[in-house]
Amino acid sequence: MSHDLVYAVLMRVEIDGEKCQGHNRCYALAPELFDVDDYGNAVVIGDGAVPAELEDKARLAVANCPEFAISIIDD
Amino acid sequence: MTYTQDTPDDLQAGAHVASAGSLYGPVTDWATDFDHADPEYNANAHEIWADLRGSCPIAHSDRYGGTWLPVTHADVARIAYDTEHFTSRSVVVNTGEVLAEAPIGGAPPITSDPPFHHHARRILLPPFAPKKIEPWEDDVRALCRDLLTDMGDVDVVDAAVQYAQHIPVNVIARMLGFPLEDADVFRGFVHQVLEGVNLSPAERQASFEQLDLYIDRQIQDHVDHPREDLTSFLMGATIFDEPLSLEHVRGSIVLLLLAGIDTTWSAIGSGIWHLASTPSDLERLDADPSLWPTAVEELLRAYAPVTMARMVAKDHDFNGCPMKRDEWVLLPFPAANLDPAEFERADEVLIDREVNRHSAFGLGIHRCLGSNLARLEVRVALEEFVRHFPRFELADPGAVRWSVGQIRGPRELPVRVLQRR
Repeated sequence: MSHDLVYAVLMRVEIDGEKCQGHNRCYALAPELFDVDDYGNAVVIGDGAVPAELEDKARLAVANCPEFAISIIDD
Repeated sequence: MTYTQDTPDDLQAGAHVASAGSLYGPVTDWATDFDHADPEYNANAHEIWADLRGSCPIAHSDRYGGTWLPVTHADVARIAYDTEHFTSRSVVVNTGEVLAEAPIGGAPPITSDPPFHHHARRILLPPFAPKKIEPWEDDVRALCRDLLTDMGDVDVVDAAVQYAQHIPVNVIARMLGFPLEDADVFRGFVHQVLEGVNLSPAERQASFEQLDLYIDRQIQDHVDHPREDLTSFLMGATIFDEPLSLEHVRGSIVLLLLAGIDTTWSAIGSGIWHLASTPSDLERLDADPSLWPTAVEELLRAYAPVTMARMVAKDHDFNGCPMKRDEWVLLPFPAANLDPAEFERADEVLIDREVNRHSAFGLGIHRCLGSNLARLEVRVALEEFVRHFPRFELADPGAVRWSVGQIRGPRELPVRVLQRR
């Protein structure tokens, strides 16, 4: 079990603050992964690491961002 | 080109056309002489955009001193992002002089250009951020329920006149701290400013002066009777460490008062129009309310109400089109949302569409400031309508009247109630 965790590919989400215009689609679709600041712009929660069970939600958030501001990074 | 009054299917609006015509007379050709103020335009917009996409994706008309109409997602997005070649100093196409100059414009920040725009927008972002808007949900729901109850037991209700038009007016009046009984006055201003494309410059100027006078009275009332609301917030706000000028406060109130009203009203009305025309979607939503989040986004995509405008800032060539300084450019976000190059099955309304990168609220730095509030109002208004009337249909497709101008939505929408709760 612990071996699986150690060797699993970790997914992370990242927001380009220059591109984000505060549409808030990511916060609506995946509030476990994204939050919004006082201006309504998106920020990732923590270091952006995506638990395996939230990977689909992360992809959905990426695919619904009108500004193409979110990217997925596989570490 | 003529359009038949077909039976409405997914995206076709068979509509009764209002008698008011454009200042320039009826359109003779949508590629070379289009006019968004011709009543045929909004009533047949989806067919017109589809035709242009195939034949002339950036149309031009000599009307209004020269107006361009790009209809592909790629072109609309490119112009929305290009604040160097396109200015926002006026965002409503009209025949008059643009009196307020860049960078501030008459209704900051929507009429502002960079770099001033950034500072004016940052003032207004916090009160419209999601966590400040979410607490309004209960109030919006109570308002919707009151409107539905007030309709009584009649068979036919007008979903635009008796329902959709009241919701955003009431909410923004409360947020601004303006008298709720002035709702008709606000709608009058909206009509003159946004639908009054045919008014003469002098008439438009007079209506703006009335609007300024009204707002100045409300500002004075806030001086005399201080209270916590958006008007007081703007009166106390600063930019570059200085209090906002009266012109800036007044202009931002003009924006907040006008921009959220017929836009949201149109989105609610179009959503109800779709459900009245598409019984299968109404039945699915009634049976499975968990579909509402995707359904609302899909209705916003398919019936996005807002076409923005820009002015050409300097002569340049855009995709082979010789654009001249001070010509208008319409940005039809709803046309972009229906572009098959950007969306799979673009001309179908799929209420469970999960991937939906639509641009109903614009793209780039002018993303609709009120989008969180608008989404809340549209979702709650549609949920409550369907909860109250689980089955309804268009009472008379020919009696539906669509708006005229840059904001598209039904202004008269009689629906027959088939079942009520």
